[in-house]
Amino acid sequence: MRRREFLTLSAASIGGVLVYSLDREVSRLSAQADQSIRVPLRFFSQAEALIVAAAASRIFPSDEAGPGAREAGVAVYIDRQLAGPWGRDRHRYTQEPFEEDAPQEFGYQGKATPRQIYRQGLKDLKGLDRLKTAEQDQKLVQIETTLFFSLLRRNTIEGMFCDPIHGGNIDMVGWQLIGFPGPRMSNYDDVDKHFGEAFRPKAASLRQVTGHKVRPSEDQE
Amino acid sequence: MKTLPSVDVVIVGGGWTGLLMAKELGSRTALSVVVLERGGPRKTEEYGDGMDELDYSVRLRMMQDVSQETVTLRHDTTQQALPLRQHGSFLPGSGVGGAGEHWSAVCPRNLPDCFELFSRSIEKYGANRLPEDHAIQDWGVTYDELEPYYMRAELLMGVSGMAGNIHGKQIEGGNIFEGWRSAEYPTPPTKVPYFSAMFAESTKSLGYHPYPVPAATTSRAYTNPDGVSRAGCTYCGYCETFGCMIGAKSQPTNTLLPVIAKRKNVSIRTGAWVRRVVRDASENRGRARGVTYIDANGQEVFQPAELIFLASWTLNNTRLLLLSGIGEAYDPATGKGTVGRNLTHQVVFSAATAFFEKPLNRFMGSGASGIMLSDLDGDLFDHGKLSFLRGGTLSARSARSLPISECGVVPKSVKATWGSAWKKATLHYYDRTGRIGFSGEHLAYKGNYMDLDPVYKDHFGDPLLRLTLDWRENERKMAEYVIAKAVEIAREMGANEVTGFPGLQSYDATRYQSSHVQGGVIMGSSPDCSVLNPYLQHWHVANLFVLGASSFPQNASANPTPTILALTYRAADAIVKRYLKNPAALA
Repeated sequence: MRRREFLTLSAASIGGVLVYSLDREVSRLSAQADQSIRVPLRFFSQAEALIVAAAASRIFPSDEAGPGAREAGVAVYIDRQLAGPWGRDRHRYTQEPFEEDAPQEFGYQGKATPRQIYRQGLKDLKGLDRLKTAEQDQKLVQIETTLFFSLLRRNTIEGMFCDPIHGGNIDMVGWQLIGFPGPRMSNYDDVDKHFGEAFRPKAASLRQVTGHKVRPSEDQE
Repeated sequence: MKTLPSVDVVIVGGGWTGLLMAKELGSRTALSVVVLERGGPRKTEEYGDGMDELDYSVRLRMMQDVSQETVTLRHDTTQQALPLRQHGSFLPGSGVGGAGEHWSAVCPRNLPDCFELFSRSIEKYGANRLPEDHAIQDWGVTYDELEPYYMRAELLMGVSGMAGNIHGKQIEGGNIFEGWRSAEYPTPPTKVPYFSAMFAESTKSLGYHPYPVPAATTSRAYTNPDGVSRAGCTYCGYCETFGCMIGAKSQPTNTLLPVIAKRKNVSIRTGAWVRRVVRDASENRGRARGVTYIDANGQEVFQPAELIFLASWTLNNTRLLLLSGIGEAYDPATGKGTVGRNLTHQVVFSAATAFFEKPLNRFMGSGASGIMLSDLDGDLFDHGKLSFLRGGTLSARSARSLPISECGVVPKSVKATWGSAWKKATLHYYDRTGRIGFSGEHLAYKGNYMDLDPVYKDHFGDPLLRLTLDWRENERKMAEYVIAKAVEIAREMGANEVTGFPGLQSYDATRYQSSHVQGGVIMGSSPDCSVLNPYLQHWHVANLFVLGASSFPQNASANPTPTILALTYRAADAIVKRYLKNPAALA
């Protein structure tokens, strides 16, 4: 068994928000007190997690338009997805022969699992987290057309806007950015009103709405 | 292999058609009925926990596990077929209720002339106007014959909508182009969200005849003729790829299971993976003896039965017949054989993606709530100068507006695909984007068919089903025509920017269209060109019936659920009233 690795998040770096730890307990970090939390990693090494966090932050940056991948905990989300059934292609058809060069309209035909694609892709981004943002962007432009980048981009969007049970969208920052309220039991009184104006009910997560813990797919066999 | 005691009826597949047949035979007769479902059990109570886009819409938790079995695809017979290694253009369900659990519940009837497509088209346009390699056929049943069964299906589900034609009398505001109805919809139309309301207004001003989408999502509390009560829709927006948390969306589990659960003569075995239909030994080839399956413990079982129904997801019915060697496999080179022919996939795409200045609040709605129009459907518009036949419907619904799948849908003027500029556009447009969807007919062609793949196997070692499928000029021209119309409508609605669908190239297995893949075990008026008679009974094996959209000779623009239910009701009637008294060919 490999040595357990952690991703250390400081409150200042993530803007003082809620963080979900491995056991799904939440801590609210305060930027003023400059607290930090060590999130145990399930798949990445610490070095890999820092690269993923840096890359995701360039894809969905924290900027004047609002918080981004860093505050949403996208790196933690991706780590869990890769550790779970999706990361090892548990539900993909993986019988041979593989036609790696098949036309795009047949979908991904390769042999490599998401875990393998990430592990390989991250080698080319070694040290990314220590570069200036402009240099990070340059590096990412170079790999923009790769399968790894398209996966990273897709996973970043997922980590921004998934339910917080998956480790991303911490404190529903992603949903608040776009005005999505999360699961709601009823929109009956509002669906045919508010025409032409933004109707923005307070966001609530699945756990808040159902009142109990829901087991996400990455925790299953 | 373990042989179980014989039962009267075995039904393969616990989705809409299998459970409807189980309900009908189970409550109208004393026959012992066993349903074999290869997926797991399901309960409505589970669905509240399922309002999670990632697990249900992205990771597709309710779908068939393609790691065990998928299909292969090629565009024509010269290509090497490749397995669809992940879900894409269609989503087969699994588990009790099947795809009927995760559908969006759009529930229109077929146009009357769909059932006589060949005769009507020849009559109007002559044989020369039909595409060269078409395989269009009549169904062997007419709309008039099917109407009472459509009504029963709608009453079963509590379909909401507004009639446009009751006994031939046109009603403004409903679909004036629809086939005659014997009665109004069981529940009134669902509420209309903002984007759909704009679509209604603009299409009306352009001279179209918009109407509320018929929805198998009840608009208010409803009790069906079986005494099953369901709540009205609350427009939570979690319909397609989800199960309904309150049971407002009609699903086999909330509509049929409550009746079946009370019948001691019906049982459902989950985890039962049927591999073969077993035919009688030589002296009586016109009869099937039962089915073999692998049970939940991995043991091989033979279940003898007097009457056998295949009611698995549409493509799997074809595969079971081919694996069982029942009937002759279709050969496109000679035109001989019938099993596997007439593979079609409803022509569905977002015809126009419209970007607005005002927010749409599109998290509110249901998979089927909205407005559609049929002015461009079937033969309802003048095809005289056009280079294609038939058409489809345009609609504005609130379906598919969840953030993971929709964030990043931005106008063409936004060039960035990541980074600050892209993020800004993404945040701005997320709730300002609406889609005008198209659902069109797909004609049958001699070259679009299914057989067994020579290379790829399922987890038991059985060959996968191979689809040979591609678009033809008729679909491409039809697409071009409706895209232009949809873009015009989007501009009339006041969109700042509009992206038209780029058009159909070769069949793309990665773009979700609809799960309405059809054909393979088609019905018809002669055993020379169909597998089933118009009662869904096998022409040569009288105690074998095959239910579902695998029986459709070609693809209508309308979504198939009400039609498969109507055909199943009709078959059940014929079985109860005639077949059980004289177990022989019904036609």
